[in-house]
Amino acid sequence: MRASRIPGMTSIDVRGLTKRYGPRTVVDDLSFTVSAGQVTGFLGPNGAGKSTTMRMIVGLAAPSAGSVTIAGRRYRDLPVPLTQVGALLDAGAVHGGRTAYHHLLALAASNGLPRRRVAEVLVRTGMEGVAGRRAGEFSLGMRQRLGIAATLLGDPRVLIFDEPVNGLDPEGIRWIRDFMRSLAREGRAVLVSSHLMSEMAQTADHLVVIGRGRLIADTGMSEFMRANGEGTVLVRTADPAAFAQRLSTAGATVREGSESSLVVSGMTGEQIGKLAAYHGVALSELSPQRASLEDVFMELTSDSLDYQGATA
Amino acid sequence: MNALRAEWIKFYSLRSTWLTLAGLVVAGLGITFLSMSAIADSYPDLTAEERLEWDPTRLSLTLFFVVQLIIGVLGVLVVTSEYATGLLRTSLTATPRRHRLLLAKVAVVAAVAVVAGQVLMFAAFFLGQNRLSAAGAPHAALGDPHVLRAIVGTGLYLAVIALLAVALGTILRATAGALAALVAIVLLVPALADIFPGWLDGLFDFWPTIGGSAVVATLPDPAYPHPWVNLAGLAAGVAVLLAGAVVLFGRRDV
Repeated sequence: MRASRIPGMTSIDVRGLTKRYGPRTVVDDLSFTVSAGQVTGFLGPNGAGKSTTMRMIVGLAAPSAGSVTIAGRRYRDLPVPLTQVGALLDAGAVHGGRTAYHHLLALAASNGLPRRRVAEVLVRTGMEGVAGRRAGEFSLGMRQRLGIAATLLGDPRVLIFDEPVNGLDPEGIRWIRDFMRSLAREGRAVLVSSHLMSEMAQTADHLVVIGRGRLIADTGMSEFMRANGEGTVLVRTADPAAFAQRLSTAGATVREGSESSLVVSGMTGEQIGKLAAYHGVALSELSPQRASLEDVFMELTSDSLDYQGATA
Repeated sequence: MNALRAEWIKFYSLRSTWLTLAGLVVAGLGITFLSMSAIADSYPDLTAEERLEWDPTRLSLTLFFVVQLIIGVLGVLVVTSEYATGLLRTSLTATPRRHRLLLAKVAVVAAVAVVAGQVLMFAAFFLGQNRLSAAGAPHAALGDPHVLRAIVGTGLYLAVIALLAVALGTILRATAGALAALVAIVLLVPALADIFPGWLDGLFDFWPTIGGSAVVATLPDPAYPHPWVNLAGLAAGVAVLLAGAVVLFGRRDV
């Protein structure tokens, strides 16, 4: 456990986790922790091993090596698992012929949870009006909600969601995002996977990035941005070629941007402004560009993509 | 036990469960009703030798041959529908001690199949005898020798087949594959039994539809002097298969 993980204690502890399918190593010596009171984003390109890792966390797949513990125990050894961990790995994992109510009732019964919990989670996820309808008639968004309702049955301290916003409309995405945040605010540990960095930017406090089953980064969101998002500055002026010359002479790296702008790195906006003033150059624009999380992510994982599309 | 309650809720909350059970009764009694009338009409034309083999109880219970597939569907689906829909992952995160989940399914199927098997066989017996007596053919009464044994035994046989189906569904993990295997076991192999080498006969004494269902007869059959033994042997074989299914179920990734 690292001190930097405050707030919260370690809820999920992944150590040296490895999964091999024949000669293929899908998860490779992965170690990280998930802490209470925050949303931990679990990021990686498709096929990076996120889902396999999550399946190993909840005991659906057996690790080839390494271990996962939740509050110090293996998932299989949790006496009443739903009261400790709620996991939504696939919103489609419902029988379409069963009503939302009976789906939840069976899950509650399997862990000896009282029947009223079913009504409570239906209300919390806004599903009370459709409880009597069969899951097969649900839209993807409603199935996601049903899956989330199921994770909340036992009021667990740890929640695990695999790509929860995949295929949702903007309203559904926002609902899930707000929901994750509220769960973390209640002091729960939330582990959410995604292959979209932009999704995490608005939800996660902490990031675990993997590529080809290996750990690439495990840091706080803001540290991650600072460490990886080296900024550039966009500059516009009447005579870009001449000013580019002066910038290069001053030690900056300059490339051409769109619409005859200059993209400058290696100098801050302030330094560029001073340089322009010194040479009497009028700037029509001087704006620092924050590297988007998506760029950072792409850069980090570019050499760990399984199948890279050829750039035309 | 919690897993048992959960499996029971899952079982009764599906419409397909009730449709399958309704199909079991309708097909079973429909076959009995239609076939018994025809059989009764044929009685006057039988030779004296054929009349010696007239077993009205057995005649009214032969529907087991068809309905074992329907009750098998029920057993298969209890497992494979979870694989097909992905529900199994949800179920196993709720019940990570996997043998509990599977044993709960086995218990629910066993209980339902025992009840359904008995109800169906008693109903078929009474319906069949009613048709025979209406046509004036010799018929049996509940108190006649071995009649009760035949009815109860054939009902239990159906329950054993349902459990065989659970084992097949667990081992093969797919509805189509499990049903194909079930059809092969209960229909194809018995149909082709004559062309298999003789050393397999020992196995066939306990095979479904062959020796395993010998209890359906009330007239003594020299090949199966103790039909309960044959049924018990079948049950033991299914138990072994189920044990294998539990082991596999515990080991495989889902």
